[in-house]
Amino acid sequence: MNRNVTLLWNGLIPENPIFRLALSLCPAVAVTTSVKNGLYLGIAVIFVQVLSSCTVSIFKSLIHPRIRIPAYVIVIALWVSVIDMVLSAYDPHTYEKIELFIKLIVVFAIIISRLELFASKEPLVPSFFDGLGMGIGFTFGLCLVSAIREFFGLGQIFGQDIVDLKFLVMILPAGGFFVIGFVMATFNWIEYKITGKIPASGGGH
Amino acid sequence: MNICRFAMKAAWVFLLLLVIASPVIAETAGSGAFKKDKEIEISFGIPVDESWAKNTNNFSVFEKPDPDIKVAVESVELDSRRVTAVLKFKESLNLSSEYVVEAKDVSSEGKVLGSREFFVKKGQFQILFGLLLAAMLIENFVFTKYLGLCIFFGVSQKKETAVGMGITFTLVMVLSAIISWALYTYVLRALHLDFLKIIVFIGTVAIFVQAVDTILRKVNPYLFKKLGVYLVLITTNCIILAVPLLNADRNYGAFESLIFGLGAGVGFAIAMFLMASVREKLELARVPATFKGLPIAFVVTGLFALAFLGFSGLSIF
Repeated sequence: MNRNVTLLWNGLIPENPIFRLALSLCPAVAVTTSVKNGLYLGIAVIFVQVLSSCTVSIFKSLIHPRIRIPAYVIVIALWVSVIDMVLSAYDPHTYEKIELFIKLIVVFAIIISRLELFASKEPLVPSFFDGLGMGIGFTFGLCLVSAIREFFGLGQIFGQDIVDLKFLVMILPAGGFFVIGFVMATFNWIEYKITGKIPASGGGH
Repeated sequence: MNICRFAMKAAWVFLLLLVIASPVIAETAGSGAFKKDKEIEISFGIPVDESWAKNTNNFSVFEKPDPDIKVAVESVELDSRRVTAVLKFKESLNLSSEYVVEAKDVSSEGKVLGSREFFVKKGQFQILFGLLLAAMLIENFVFTKYLGLCIFFGVSQKKETAVGMGITFTLVMVLSAIISWALYTYVLRALHLDFLKIIVFIGTVAIFVQAVDTILRKVNPYLFKKLGVYLVLITTNCIILAVPLLNADRNYGAFESLIFGLGAGVGFAIAMFLMASVREKLELARVPATFKGLPIAFVVTGLFALAFLGFSGLSIF
């Protein structure tokens, strides 16, 4: 049980998919114009990550190592199709805005890298918690970026007016890049203050 | 710099093909043309009566798909030879769709000649060129659609690699766009299996990349040595899946799918080349320690995205 908690925590901060591993950056910029969009995509990613981690973990002995990548992609595509249809029926209005990125979850590097590095070697329960931790960490990253952008860009959080503040640039594409750059630097700075050294930045895939 | 020369040659061949093909592609639309977004020019071929032409009730204009929704004509102007007429409208026309102008009882020198129809449409060539420009610059996939960022940050360290990746990517993009268009139109839509498109498209791309890898290894080992490394990376790129999905969503035809894929590929190559040029200089700059690596790359990309906003609203025709 203790290990499972560690796995969860690991995904949230020390190996946060967006800021630490620098994986799946596209959605981090694209859908983060409002917290609601970020949260929706995050939840979709949690489901896909957990379900495909569990699937791969169960069937790992049946997948031949040489065709593992295509096999993983098909498993992910299957679950993405399911989530895609569920979301489009559940909340068509929000779905319209993030439709493309829900479909593109298939090619998010974070999911396939967790399958390759973790789920294909470990039993079901740790795979479940690893997937959950990564998914939650991803959602946390999306919500943080989108909260900053929505607050400074529209003066709102979750569509509620808070202050009269409108830096239009934050909502524009450029704003997303700026915010992620600065949040990443802040993470680096915090780590520098705690451990005394600058961490090597992520590979970028 | 062999790769650069290869790219130049490929670009010239493509341009030449476009020039040769343009008269074939460009459809001669009736005998009417858009003048501005609120004007249509039609030519009768013979002088018509001014009193007939001035009566706006003699003309009815509608978009081809819905003949019941008429567009109100505000005024009609004849040129000095009374052969061509310019119809003016209050509302802006949708330049990407086809309009039909019906002229009732055309009268010339007092004689009634019967009704005539004019089809007004932007030339196919113009539409395709507009699409290419849009995919390349106006909605550049990296800077305005935020797609393909993983590869974009991973490969844009050096100009040489950026160019190699750009070329490989464009080739794969164009071909897989056509293949997935054919699959979508003739298999998925025909059998009402639309919901399977995510699985089918990613499968197509993966198989296609694998095939190119195998064939290139046998046929041209030199080119494989140069481009093989990038092929593996391509499968995990968002753009490669986004283009077929967008093509399917927007109901593009074969030619449009091809051009859209080409525009996406070239746009991505441009973005990577720009970024690589900046990052080579960035190596020598004094960047704050916490910003080293990815954070500063993100800030630079943000600046590029601001600059690319300048392309919005760009149209040549």
